[in-house]
Amino acid sequence: MSLFLWEDNTRSGKAYVGDRADVWQGTLALMVLKTIEMMGPQHGYGIARRIEQTSGNLLSLNYGTLYPALLKLEQEGSIASEWGVSENNRKAKFYKLTRAGRKQLEQEARNWQQTTAILDRFLLPGEEQA
Amino acid sequence: MTMMRRIRAWALRLTGIFRSTHRQRGFADEIESHLQMHIDDNLRLGMNPGQARREAILKLGGVELTKQVYRERNTLPMIDDLLQDLRFALRQLRRSPGFTITAAIMLALGIGASVAIFAFVDAALLKPLPYREPVRLAAVTESVKLFGRANLSYPDYLDWKQMNHSFSSFDIYGGGGGLLNTPTGALPVSSLRITDGFFRTLGVTPFMGRDFYPGEDLPGTGDTVILSYEGWQKWLNGRPDAIGQKINLNGLPYTIVGVMPQSFDFAPRGGTQFWLPFHAKGECDLRRSCHGLEGIARLKDGVTMQAALSEMQAIAAQLEKLYPGDNRGQGAAVDPLSEVVVGDIRPILLTLLVGAGLLLVIACVNVSSLLLVRSESRRREIAVRGALGASRIRLIRQFMTEGIVLVTLGSLLGLGIAAAAMRILTSLIPKFMMSRTPFLVGLGLNSHVLVFTAAIAFVAVILFAFTPVLRLPMTAMRDGLTEGSRGSAGTLWRRFGANLVVLELAIAVVLLVGAGLLGKSFYRLLRVDINFNPDHLATVGIMVPEKLYPKDEDNVRLQRQIIARISALPGVQSVGLTSTPPVSFNGNTDWIRFVGRPYNGVHIEVNMRDASADYIKTLQAKLLRGRLFTDAEDGTKPKVAIINQTLAKMYFPGQDPIGQRFGNTDLAPNTIKEIIGVVDDIKEGSLDSEIWPAVYYPIYQDEDNYFTMMVRTSQSEESMLPTLVSAIHEIDPGIGTADPIGMKARMHESPTAYLHRSSAWLVGGFAALALLLGVVGLYGVISYSVTQRTREIGVRMALGAPRSSVHGLVMREASRLAIVGIGIGILASVGAAMLMQKLLFGVAAWDATTLLSVAGVLGTSAMLASYIPAHRAASVNPVEALRSE
Repeated sequence: MSLFLWEDNTRSGKAYVGDRADVWQGTLALMVLKTIEMMGPQHGYGIARRIEQTSGNLLSLNYGTLYPALLKLEQEGSIASEWGVSENNRKAKFYKLTRAGRKQLEQEARNWQQTTAILDRFLLPGEEQA
Repeated sequence: MTMMRRIRAWALRLTGIFRSTHRQRGFADEIESHLQMHIDDNLRLGMNPGQARREAILKLGGVELTKQVYRERNTLPMIDDLLQDLRFALRQLRRSPGFTITAAIMLALGIGASVAIFAFVDAALLKPLPYREPVRLAAVTESVKLFGRANLSYPDYLDWKQMNHSFSSFDIYGGGGGLLNTPTGALPVSSLRITDGFFRTLGVTPFMGRDFYPGEDLPGTGDTVILSYEGWQKWLNGRPDAIGQKINLNGLPYTIVGVMPQSFDFAPRGGTQFWLPFHAKGECDLRRSCHGLEGIARLKDGVTMQAALSEMQAIAAQLEKLYPGDNRGQGAAVDPLSEVVVGDIRPILLTLLVGAGLLLVIACVNVSSLLLVRSESRRREIAVRGALGASRIRLIRQFMTEGIVLVTLGSLLGLGIAAAAMRILTSLIPKFMMSRTPFLVGLGLNSHVLVFTAAIAFVAVILFAFTPVLRLPMTAMRDGLTEGSRGSAGTLWRRFGANLVVLELAIAVVLLVGAGLLGKSFYRLLRVDINFNPDHLATVGIMVPEKLYPKDEDNVRLQRQIIARISALPGVQSVGLTSTPPVSFNGNTDWIRFVGRPYNGVHIEVNMRDASADYIKTLQAKLLRGRLFTDAEDGTKPKVAIINQTLAKMYFPGQDPIGQRFGNTDLAPNTIKEIIGVVDDIKEGSLDSEIWPAVYYPIYQDEDNYFTMMVRTSQSEESMLPTLVSAIHEIDPGIGTADPIGMKARMHESPTAYLHRSSAWLVGGFAALALLLGVVGLYGVISYSVTQRTREIGVRMALGAPRSSVHGLVMREASRLAIVGIGIGILASVGAAMLMQKLLFGVAAWDATTLLSVAGVLGTSAMLASYIPAHRAASVNPVEALRSE
């Protein structure tokens, strides 16, 4: 399922408009925020890598799609960026969570858990009966 | 919270548009560092450098694509595109400055003319009069068969006011002149006598002091006056303590009780400075047959003009029965006040608006056809852009943007032209016209005018955006890529572009014919028979205060003194005095009845003028029979009269009128006069008016304290005017003089001549521009068609066609277009001329000379314009032409 959502992003701007893309953008933003919270200030490549690892390599993403999501979060004031030097001595742009971003993360994580809990009740009826 | 975040993001994206390149560069660096880190990792995994890089790029999903998605997120793509279109459009227009300048100037001319005229139409016809509920205001007067709206008499007014049920209030105004005593001598000023509720009927209040209280217009209530703002500024220097001050008017002290606001003016008598309570007095006010007043009334709620008119007509009929001698034939007229104010200029303004509109149409058509030509030559560019993935919508938007840029340019220039034109046109309006049209004061680019401009601009943008789009079927985009595909497109162009030029030429014909007819009317008007010699004739109005010369004998003595004094001046050939100078108006009439003839009571209404002994001689009007007055004929001598030829022909056909006698309707003995002469029909009314029967009485036998002096000079009359005025003041500084002017100038500046002249000039100007634009359009069409057919012409010539036949080929095409255009135009202009018949004088709508000359002028210009491209076609080198494609 997630795979074809990724592919949507390979098309130009207009493809974002659909509802599916919105859902995906929301989840991606959540993953990004959580990853930055866990790792501390991190560059785009690092975040992408970490998301893949965290998903147990179930997600295979075009790294390029991460950057518009980062830009959006930055425009919304959830994260801030500055240039720095990577562990391998490469110049890189690092993203860190802002106070607003931390709040947003808490809120959206809660929402997401609620949503999945509700969906679980529908999708796993056997367990509930048991 | 979410909302705030969205707004923040949106604002950043908006500013992102302007800092776009900076961000792009930053992102390029970021991507580069991303790839480097990825490549480092890949190398560590054991890939070779090439493989490592390829894998990193693949995983990223393409560098350029990523950058594009990023850019779209960074800015607002819609606005970004718009700016991009705008930049592109500006670049395109800059690349062909000839096209841009031509198109912008054409549009500016069309828009400027339309907007300027619209401003006048708006001020005069669209804006309501500046009074409370102006639609309920009616102009109420009596009416007679001879001239429709006529004046009211005071006794009739009192009866009408008492008997009517249509009006919530009904007031009158009358009078006009006045002499203000100033330290520098007596100066003529404009004053009006009004009844107490006049300002309340209009719904205006003084901004300082008070209005007249009810009953203040009755005799014996004290002499009070309300000043106009202008009068307060001019005569009291705007003193804040003006209320309660006294001014000396006509030799009497008046107490100032109020000052009207600056915005107030009463258009039917614009420029009035002194408003006096009516105070009925003197013989005329009390006589039912003395008509010198006009009424304004406010309709009651729910009463229509029509209903009010019917009621007033019924009341007039009742009074006619009660007072058969005085009121025979006196009807009633009730019209909207606005009609009385702007009725005269409405047809002229509408004609001008149509003229300007037609000019705008020509300008738009011209620009459209230029755009068509451009879109032809841009077919390849468009095809390439289409092939590279520009959607149809995107291309339309591009054309739309170019249209917007062009129209914005044209509109701004046009507004500048309009503002300048308005300033020039209002400054050309003579003072007397301006005072009749106070709503034109301060004319400028107000919100109405700007909205009108925007509306024109909007329509023009739509037109210009879709003209090239019409030529843009999807298949044509592909065809455009292949070479030499002009065949079909050329045909389509010829069909469409050619029709446009026919339309232009037809409109140009209509405007030219309109201008021709108006010009001819004006010419006829100035050369109409006035039956006297206006050259070297000076006129000076003279006002004698009643206080200083109370008795008729005093007045006669003064007049004799004036004649003697002025006659003695060097350069003066003769002097005459009259109650009303010629070429003023038909009116100031007398009702006469002939002695010894049956009389049925129907009023014989004739122009009545008083004249001194030398008046007719001074005018150099022809005496047809009998003799002129002598200087001795005053109140002590038997009453005599001179009649004009029209009166003689109407009432004495085949008889000698000399020695016949007439009097007033009752043949009262003291009114009986003997006819002693018949004079040629001096034009008493305006230049375009009919000749009415007229009687002239010796001025010493019919005293008036306002009269006009006519002086025949041997040198330029204008240079004599200051001498004449100061000579009058030397006799008595208490005498006022008004409007010193030469007769010729007086005729040229009369309202009639002014209206005819201004409409002729303005429509003439539009027509000249239309001719120019039409011919330029034709030239463009023919040259373009020659360019399109270069190869065909080359083939023809290669096959042996002589140059003359190629020349003929082009000229034939041009003639066909010109003939069709002119033909349609002639038909349309006869129709248009019928609609503006009201504005024509002495010329028929189908005036053959005008039509033929217009056809000739336009035909010749069209042939000249096509000669150049035809010549170029004929000098085509066949080898070059065949190789060029």
